[in-house]
Amino acid sequence: MLKHKNTILVLAFSAAIFSCPFFLNAYWIDVINNIGLYAILALSLNFIVGYTGLFHMGHAAFFAVGAYTTAILNTSYSVPILLLLPVSGAAAALFAYLVARPIIHLRGDYLLIVTIAIVEVVRIALVNNVFGITGGSNGIFGISRPEFFGFTIRRPHEFFYYIWAFLALSVFLFHQLEKSRFVRALNYIKNDEVAAEGSGVDIAYYKLIAFVLGAFWAGMVGNIYASKMMLISPESFNFWESVILFVIVILGGSGSIRGVILGAFLIIGLPEIFRQFAGARMLVFGAAMVAMMVFRPQGFLPPLSRKYPLHKIKPGDKTL
Amino acid sequence: MEFFFEQLINGLAVGGIYALIALGYTMVYGVMRLINFAHGDLFTIGSYLGLTILTAYTVTAFLNPFFGILILIMMVMALVGIVGVILERVAYRPVRQADRLSAVVSALGASIFFSNMVMLIWGPRFRVYPDDILPRITLNILGLDVPLLRILVLVTSIVLMGILYFFVQKTRTGTAIRAVAIDHGAARLMGINVNRIISLVFLIGPALGGAAGVMVGLYYGQVNFTMGWSYGLKAFIAAVLGGIGNIPGAMLGGLLLGVIEAMGAAFISTAWKDGIAFMVLILILIFRPTGILGERVADKV
Repeated sequence: MLKHKNTILVLAFSAAIFSCPFFLNAYWIDVINNIGLYAILALSLNFIVGYTGLFHMGHAAFFAVGAYTTAILNTSYSVPILLLLPVSGAAAALFAYLVARPIIHLRGDYLLIVTIAIVEVVRIALVNNVFGITGGSNGIFGISRPEFFGFTIRRPHEFFYYIWAFLALSVFLFHQLEKSRFVRALNYIKNDEVAAEGSGVDIAYYKLIAFVLGAFWAGMVGNIYASKMMLISPESFNFWESVILFVIVILGGSGSIRGVILGAFLIIGLPEIFRQFAGARMLVFGAAMVAMMVFRPQGFLPPLSRKYPLHKIKPGDKTL
Repeated sequence: MEFFFEQLINGLAVGGIYALIALGYTMVYGVMRLINFAHGDLFTIGSYLGLTILTAYTVTAFLNPFFGILILIMMVMALVGIVGVILERVAYRPVRQADRLSAVVSALGASIFFSNMVMLIWGPRFRVYPDDILPRITLNILGLDVPLLRILVLVTSIVLMGILYFFVQKTRTGTAIRAVAIDHGAARLMGINVNRIISLVFLIGPALGGAAGVMVGLYYGQVNFTMGWSYGLKAFIAAVLGGIGNIPGAMLGGLLLGVIEAMGAAFISTAWKDGIAFMVLILILIFRPTGILGERVADKV
């Protein structure tokens, strides 16, 4: 019964989303495209934060590596955009492996700090035009459009289908992965690292794989982003981008695919609706983040399996 | 060589400011194991409050300028301290029992709230601090020309840090703070009001941050609503560098980071100034995650 209801809900949601281009103008389609992009990015971050429980606030760095790989190879060597999709993912994954390797043993907050430092170092390196290939603070422009068998994706309406199809694919893959032994091991690490290690889970290995997979997916989104914008600059990959992604995951419901997508709608979509209130909307946004954590710390749509936590926290327990 | 010593003094003055902000991070982390992301914005509030008081009431007009600045700093410290206490009550106390990530997101929300509040109240553009408050004197120390302001900033930071160190190490309340930092439950059993101690920490830390805000305004002459973020991050690096949760560590880390940055900007590249700070952070965390003065804490099972 429940399964049936879920299928209907998913179908209704998909139908609603995919009919958007018929009645929304280009501006709102672009907003929905951004929501889709952030949703895919947040899903890839969810792999690291939501499933594995690692405090990772530097996801924009992986996104940046993907986007810059695409931009550099496309503008300097005119490699087709779609061919660069897996290449960007692989570059981001390699980068993630190299930076995560020495820090993977760090505990909670220390990992959080070092990932913040990584995203800032990447941004500063991009601004300073490392190896003379990143174009400095102006970034890189003139990136070409994706092309499917002679059909070029240009307008927001066309990007809409490209992005949301990619999101649908991501949801499908992550949903399949959720049932796997591999993600169960990640969840085990999240819930009790010491016990997981005690029962023979190679923690460092699994954590590293989580980083690499999350980064691979983020790198591919970097490719889509670069081809959508046609120009990229270091400011698109600053620390606040990482924070936004992090907040989408936590506010939506860490570890839950539905939650993360809802989070992307709320964090990217809502401020757009209230655009005319300029500064005040961000004030409310900040206050809402605090209120959300105070009244519903598990997020809007927490994963269903979390209904039965491994241990309940009693008032007075030291959990800091 | 002269250039080297000038950079050293620059670095120490800026480092003193970093250290003052870092103390707020380190004290809060020490008692609550929470990175207070809103701390940098409390610092910004401090420097804007200082600016408003300076321009509206000209405290320095009828008092000796040095005495006036002292009163100004104390007023700002009190006001920012109150904001800090309210912040803890509203945003951090309710999530104390929840998941660690909830507290992080709550802190980020508070940071966004405060920086936008500053923007709405004082406007989005750079604001200029009056530069005629203190006499512009340049002292000649051992053949080096050092502006008086730089020395004052350094001395004020060191005095404030000294008072704090004495307070935490020698007084009864300070002992209570250290006890709470070690174990909330045990401290409560010993009759310490843990909530009150945490409130006190959120009074002292932000107050020091507010003082640093005024000093940055006086030192650089201009303030902006986004500056809390970069100073906050630097100060945070300083706190980690010295060993987070460790008060002398934060002082040492702040001064050290100021000097490293000044030297890096002078001898390597100005463009990489911030990058150097972050790379120091990464290296420290890889090789000595507990910082220079921090002790290794055993994992709790």
